[in-house]
Amino acid sequence: MKNTIVILLLATIGYYLGTIFFGIGFGDAHFANGVKDTYLALTTSELKVANTVTSIVVNFRGFDTLGEVTVLFLAATALGGILYKKRHAVGERTVLFPASSIVKSGAKLIFPAIVLLGAYVFIHGHLSPGGGFQGGTIIATGFLLMLLAYDNFSVNHNVLSFIESFAGIFFVAFGLAGLLISGTFLENFMPVGTMNDLFSGGVIPIIYILVGFKVAAELTGVIYTVLHEKD
Amino acid sequence: MIYLILFAVLLLLMLAAAVYATFQRDLLYAVIATGVISLVLSVIFYMLQAPDVALTEAAIGVALTTIIFIITIRNTVRHEDEHDKHSREKKIQP
Repeated sequence: MKNTIVILLLATIGYYLGTIFFGIGFGDAHFANGVKDTYLALTTSELKVANTVTSIVVNFRGFDTLGEVTVLFLAATALGGILYKKRHAVGERTVLFPASSIVKSGAKLIFPAIVLLGAYVFIHGHLSPGGGFQGGTIIATGFLLMLLAYDNFSVNHNVLSFIESFAGIFFVAFGLAGLLISGTFLENFMPVGTMNDLFSGGVIPIIYILVGFKVAAELTGVIYTVLHEKD
Repeated sequence: MIYLILFAVLLLLMLAAAVYATFQRDLLYAVIATGVISLVLSVIFYMLQAPDVALTEAAIGVALTTIIFIITIRNTVRHEDEHDKHSREKKIQP
């Protein structure tokens, strides 16, 4: 009985997937040119975004970006889940030799500059090279520097998970808002403004800022967990 | 012309670092060599006019991956031979 239901369900799903993919018609004439010309034309004329890579990653392929963020989130969660017990069994982390005072002073001096650079990279993601992933990683390297220099430097895991969840929920919320207002998930429903302005491109800067916060929090959590793991 | 020569030099440097990382028995040096590969690769991406990818490669490949490998080496063994000897003495299947 159970097997019959499973087979029926799989057959239904297979039938619908098959008809959809058969209807697309891969290899037809209209696939020969691809979508690159349309993307390039729409980026400057309709979206008013200076950085074409950002317009493709966040606007035309926004759903892929959501998938990427989800993959990163799952990887960070799995790592935390595997190392969770060990982290709580022992308190302080072992340090082979403490950092010298030059390293400590230099790290303290350069840490705000690194965080500022990361924030700049993801806030200006639609104007200059870079974006959420790059800016978030730069911020995480700043936290890594502080963790290496000071062996008692600690980050609050509750704050990190709050930032992660907040950014993720608002990413999906903006997608659903696009679905409600314009009819497509992650549709760009806000006014695009003028080209090369900081406030331009509709939802693109907002989504990239959220992605930047999310990636920074996740990677900082990963580094913190790995550094405090002991055998 | 100068551009092409620089490009060839960078590619050769990358190849040399990769070969060094493969044959080095001291894993710490091998990890540093893989970091050098990422660094040169990000310069090449910048020369090929892909600054977005260059930024990603510089931040993830040079900093984060190298550090995570170094932490792993600190928690395990530094030399390849050490691990083999250790497992042979204790009769553990590697």
